[in-house]
Amino acid sequence: MSVAIAAESLSKKYRIGQFRAAYGTLRDSVMHSVSRLKSGHLHEPPKEIWALRDVSFEAGQGEVLGIIGPNGAGKSTLLKILTRITHPTEGRAELRGRVGSLLEVGTGFHPELTGRENIYLNGAILGMKRGEINRKYDAIVDFSGVEKFIDTPVKRYSSGMFVRLAFSVAAHFEPEIMIVDEVLAVGDADFQRRSLGRMEDLGGEGRTVIFVSHNLQAILQLCDRAILLDGGKVVKDGPTHDVVAQYEEQTVGAGSQVVWDDPAKAPGDDLVRLQSVRVVDQDGAPAPAIDVRQQIGIEIGFRVLGEGRSVVPKIKVIDQHGAICFNALDVSPRWNETAAAGEYLATAWIPGNLLNEGRFSVDVEVVTIASPKLIPHAGAHKVVAFHVYDPAEGGSARGLYTGQLRGVVRPLLEWTSEEP
Amino acid sequence: MHSSRDSARSSAAASIRRVAETRVRPRPRQAEPQADAGSAKAEGREYVTVIRPASRWPKLDFPELWHYRELLAIFIWRDLKVRYKQTVIGAGWAIFQPVITAVVYTLVFGRFAKFPSGHLPYPLFAFAGVLAMQYFTSAMTVSSTSLVANVGLITKVYFPRLLVPLGAVLVPLVDFVLALVILVGMMAWYSTWPSASAVFAPLFIALAFITAFGIGLILSALNVRYRDVPHILPVFMQVLPFLSGVPFALDGVPLKWQWLLALNPMTAVISGWRWTMLGGPQPVVGQVALGVGVALLLLIGGLAFFRSSEPRFADTI
Repeated sequence: MSVAIAAESLSKKYRIGQFRAAYGTLRDSVMHSVSRLKSGHLHEPPKEIWALRDVSFEAGQGEVLGIIGPNGAGKSTLLKILTRITHPTEGRAELRGRVGSLLEVGTGFHPELTGRENIYLNGAILGMKRGEINRKYDAIVDFSGVEKFIDTPVKRYSSGMFVRLAFSVAAHFEPEIMIVDEVLAVGDADFQRRSLGRMEDLGGEGRTVIFVSHNLQAILQLCDRAILLDGGKVVKDGPTHDVVAQYEEQTVGAGSQVVWDDPAKAPGDDLVRLQSVRVVDQDGAPAPAIDVRQQIGIEIGFRVLGEGRSVVPKIKVIDQHGAICFNALDVSPRWNETAAAGEYLATAWIPGNLLNEGRFSVDVEVVTIASPKLIPHAGAHKVVAFHVYDPAEGGSARGLYTGQLRGVVRPLLEWTSEEP
Repeated sequence: MHSSRDSARSSAAASIRRVAETRVRPRPRQAEPQADAGSAKAEGREYVTVIRPASRWPKLDFPELWHYRELLAIFIWRDLKVRYKQTVIGAGWAIFQPVITAVVYTLVFGRFAKFPSGHLPYPLFAFAGVLAMQYFTSAMTVSSTSLVANVGLITKVYFPRLLVPLGAVLVPLVDFVLALVILVGMMAWYSTWPSASAVFAPLFIALAFITAFGIGLILSALNVRYRDVPHILPVFMQVLPFLSGVPFALDGVPLKWQWLLALNPMTAVISGWRWTMLGGPQPVVGQVALGVGVALLLLIGGLAFFRSSEPRFADTI
């Protein structure tokens, strides 16, 4: 696989003082200089921030590389450097092939011009030659679905029509390297589905895609590899699942496993103390992100300190919106007896094709049943989290559909059909 | 594991395409990239973009400007299209403005103040001057705010930023050509025919172009940081016709003052334009040379200033 993008220690420094002056008037600048002269601080060092520091990575041809990170991590700065909108302060990058960017759909659209005119304008701005636009014109119009209004000024378009036309132009631009920022965040569900599909197409065609998004689900679905940026630095570079998991751990504070080494500090009371909680895949390996079709194991390790009480492990699964998906107790008959002192390892298996795509966090508890109440002994709130993703390869309830399927659960139902 | 995922992805992509094709015509996606790659190879270049820190004094990249020539054409086309949208008389404004100005000049300076116009009828004399001045004024005004007006592009896509002020200086040429029709009509009315020197007329318009472009480069780059520029400009534009000899003939001015006025390249443009088009007095060669020299200095200085501030545009605009 040949290298399409090679970035070597890219850094970008912004002077905050300079920024302030930038929005001022000439008078402000003059007054500022005068006051600096008066105070004698002629060389007052301007405040500097490194928006990007020593960022190096390579992307192979045909690779779909995701870039994630919190706000202010330097994602946009990196994209602006790769698309040559701004220069790096230090470092160097080489891009092999025509570079196209999609930092905002409809860049350069002029409201007074008609749809047809804007196709030519926007196409040229993206980097298409006139002949190329001519060849793709019909396809662009068809794809956008605004054929009837193609000779109407776009200022009279609904925002949906506008976005569809704008995306359609961008979608027909076919550079070897495509740099895409957060475009999935705009538009309706249909638009998001189209853009997602388009990104998949690009990857499938052997084009290199750099894809920045806060939509971790989209990153998981599209990218083989991801880079986590934080504070302008590369924190992690590796397989998407691992990188997304680390990012989640960083932001949500819950990773895929927790181990309490010191029993004194572990959650619990005199009877039960937690030892570890892990999210595992069907092979028992820790897994931060799990295919929607696979079962998910929540493994709870705990120590029973005293005898004479019966205890039961319990989990609660909460989705990313805070809704409780379900509670489940371990129903194994062994917990009906009083528990002997010692270490226990219980794993709850959440079946495949039950939870919908998304991020879930888990509360674990070890309780004693005293109906109608549960007496808690040891518990941890949102102690681990995991991602459910659908690679859209079939075998899940989405079938051939690639868009969003709403709902807390997504069971794969058995359907019968007949032709009476 | 990767390969199985890849093949599965492409099958998923295929399914998307299938869904799309039931509604829209399939686009010939295979043919085009190959055609493009072929043409790129035919031209003997592979696209390799090297990104590195901005150099202190960047050179002018002529091959790159040439590569982006279609975008320049598109910018000009866009500005022309948009200019007179939703106006009642449309391109008529291109004619209306200089005509009104020339009428006012004729009444105030020609009738009442009796400014000298040499042997030429004052209305013709005034209109020819106003026409050239009008081009310069609008080229400079539009180009000085051009970068800020295109802020959405500057912060979102890469292209040589030079195209923006360049396009802005070229667009008013179209208005100029439209109004030229009126000038020719007036010349016919006054039976004034240009002599063989008319072949030099485009050179003087080119001088106006160079001057406007040079100043436009400086002002547009300044305006990215200091938004004072659009406020300063109108004041300057109001006195400029008097410093360029638009309402009066230059040979009525004492010689030492003529040389002072000649520092302004537009003086050479106005007198040269009247000489070539209307057969007015031939300007002094030394004075024209002085104007050309100043214009070239402005152009070179403008290019240098623009290119050196260019790397900061996206960060400060």
